[in-house]
Amino acid sequence: MSQILVSMDGISKQFPGVLALDQCRFELQAGEVHALVGENGAGKSTMMKILTGVYTKDEGRIVYKGKEVEIANTKAAQSMGIGIIHQELQLMPDLTVAQNIFIGREPRAALPLFLNDKELNERTKILFRQMNLNLDPRTLVSELTVAKQQMVEIAKALSYKSGVLIMDEPTAALTNAEIDELFRMIGQLKEQGVGIVYISHRMEELKRITDRITVMRDGCYVDTVRTDAVSVDEIIAMMVGRQIYSVSKPSISAGTKQAKVLEVRGLNRGSAVKDVSFHLNKGEIVGFAGLMGAGRTEVARAIFGADRIDSGEIIVNGRKASIKAPKDAVRYGIGYLSEDRKRYGLLVDMDVKTNISIASYRSFRSSAGWMKQAGMERNAEAYVESLKIKTPSIDQRVKFLSGGNQQKVVIGKWLTRDCQILMIDEPTRGIDVGAKSEIYKLLDELVRQGKSIIMISSELPEILRMSHRIVVMCEGRITGELSSEEATQESIMKYATMRAGEIAK
Amino acid sequence: MKLAEVRKPVAIKTGAAQKLLAFASLILLVVFFSLSSPNFFRFDNLIGIMLSTAVIGVLALGSTFVIITGGIDLSVGTVMTFASVMTGVVITFWGLPIPLGIAGGILTGALCGFISGWLVAKMNIPPFIATLGMMMVTKGLSLVVSGTKPIYFNDTPAFAKLAMGTVLKVPYAVFIFFGLAVIASIVLSKTIIGRYNFALGSNEEATRLSGVNVTFWKIIIYVITGAFAGIAGIMMASRLNSAQPALGSGYELEAIAAVVIGGTSLSGGQGSILGTVIGALIMSVLTNGLRILSVPQEWQVVIVGIVVIGAVYADILRRRKK
Repeated sequence: MSQILVSMDGISKQFPGVLALDQCRFELQAGEVHALVGENGAGKSTMMKILTGVYTKDEGRIVYKGKEVEIANTKAAQSMGIGIIHQELQLMPDLTVAQNIFIGREPRAALPLFLNDKELNERTKILFRQMNLNLDPRTLVSELTVAKQQMVEIAKALSYKSGVLIMDEPTAALTNAEIDELFRMIGQLKEQGVGIVYISHRMEELKRITDRITVMRDGCYVDTVRTDAVSVDEIIAMMVGRQIYSVSKPSISAGTKQAKVLEVRGLNRGSAVKDVSFHLNKGEIVGFAGLMGAGRTEVARAIFGADRIDSGEIIVNGRKASIKAPKDAVRYGIGYLSEDRKRYGLLVDMDVKTNISIASYRSFRSSAGWMKQAGMERNAEAYVESLKIKTPSIDQRVKFLSGGNQQKVVIGKWLTRDCQILMIDEPTRGIDVGAKSEIYKLLDELVRQGKSIIMISSELPEILRMSHRIVVMCEGRITGELSSEEATQESIMKYATMRAGEIAK
Repeated sequence: MKLAEVRKPVAIKTGAAQKLLAFASLILLVVFFSLSSPNFFRFDNLIGIMLSTAVIGVLALGSTFVIITGGIDLSVGTVMTFASVMTGVVITFWGLPIPLGIAGGILTGALCGFISGWLVAKMNIPPFIATLGMMMVTKGLSLVVSGTKPIYFNDTPAFAKLAMGTVLKVPYAVFIFFGLAVIASIVLSKTIIGRYNFALGSNEEATRLSGVNVTFWKIIIYVITGAFAGIAGIMMASRLNSAQPALGSGYELEAIAAVVIGGTSLSGGQGSILGTVIGALIMSVLTNGLRILSVPQEWQVVIVGIVVIGAVYADILRRRKK
């Protein structure tokens, strides 16, 4: 495995006002999984966009299979055999699997304009057989799980006889079992000599499947290393240029022994939430750990009133609360921050000021019904300052902010509403490593001020680092509760995989 | 082989559910009106229903294409009128043969569609606005070209036969409608145009990234919609034996209603010609039946409006269950 498939050298790219890439390089061998890592804005995706013909380079050279090439557009990259699987899948949900794979290259029948769908399905079947994939070509894509849709994307890329496959955060939406399946597929492709560029923020995965790692920072090439020769901390240090993951846990802030602010008793909702009981103290972060689909988000949504509950009691500050809709929850001072910020947390086309104020319009309204602009602005300015939101002004539209800053805006929104209890689902999903630690600091600061936080996270290091107490769920049940002292990755995983019937009484 | 075992007809089932629902509603309406009045289920009346479906139906067939892309064409009603006026110009004013008049009408429609499509696909003007503009432009042009007066086909009696000639007492217009429905259905399900039509409505960006010339195909789809409006215009003119320049406003909304009742999603990606045919029939059965039951015309409109909303709501409920 020493044949070099792609070598990019001295690549520079200038955008108006920014030098996005400065003399970068990257090399991919046949049959290799090569990770490309760096914080958001480091230049990974610009680099890959140049390789796939989305952008053209200003400087440098690309050698593909021994020949220097110019990649003018995406079609050129495709026909050369360079395929990419975007993080946001690019499929047509209303078309069948086979129709998706061969879109733009449909087999034609004898009559002009007419399609030969029999041939289409046949070719897809052959492709799936090569991939050992068990899927009916005639299934509609909208009926597939995200993981299966991803397989369709991979099949599509391979149908172009791709020798190079770029995967951008392929595991972001997959369960552990599905990740195993994806990795099996990657292993298989490797054996066939396909070179794979693997972009991911998840360090454990890089250790598991990549052969080499190239690190980028601020548009510059940092280094390429063999995966087995470095530790996760070393990789992160290269990415951020400083050590940020402290192994030691944060000091537990005072006051965790204080009153219960939230207590949940016997919560049930269909098969997703089964007999869930737990409590949250003032000034405490309770981490909810578990595998995807364990029911953690469902618990939060049920408490928040976003989904109707079948039975159970929710007690806020010692009084039984009647929560039928999110507006009730908000009145009790509970805020919920969805893992999908762009869809459920933000008005991305509106400015920072509006987003921070939107949940509290009533308090910015004068008795005559006018909006108090000045009050809204003062409040937004104050949160931009105290939460350290990086934005040119409070009039900046939220979609132009980075993931970390968007998350802070959502936090600012609930703080403006004076929420004492925050339920945060995957607080650092899609947020790069440097900004993660800022979010962590912010959460620490919030509990120090007496807020209480339920933090749902699928990242064990995050759970271990942040939580005072850890509740572990599996298949809708709480299977264990651990104090921060006794919790380890292993003990959490033990509970997270504990199926019904195994629960220690 | 493993592959042969996984045969899941789920996709087909859910798609058929909506058509079945619409079809069941149609049957239910027919049964209801037949029981309510002896005058409903008579050959003459049924033919009358078919005939009144034909023009709106052809407009609806054309609109189905654009709506499946997630777009809309508000101009089909007035484009239809403009096409009928142009047919009148060619045949009556210029005295050219009928086939040229027909070609002129269809070309007029197709050209209007081309311009709308070009504005939408190339100039990125939202379909609602581009076709709203086209609606006003063609409305005005119809009046300008005709001198605000109807154009009669009195010198060419064969023209009126185009829609109103009969075989076994069934007017040609009915055959034209069903014939066009078959053609539209084949185009939508068996050709590359249909495939890209659904692809565009499903995820335009993904379609573009797959190397499909999105601009070109979108324009083609608007041209098809325009051409159908042109054919509807000729049928209308033939039926009235005249091109009526002031007619046509509001037809586009009835066509859209028929498409939507037939289960085609306004957000794109889903829909069928069979559904549109059923939708158009539901609308005319309803209007006709209510008239036979002596429901005042103003109330007929109210009821049709409620049915449109009900049909879309039923669709939403079905989707939610899924």
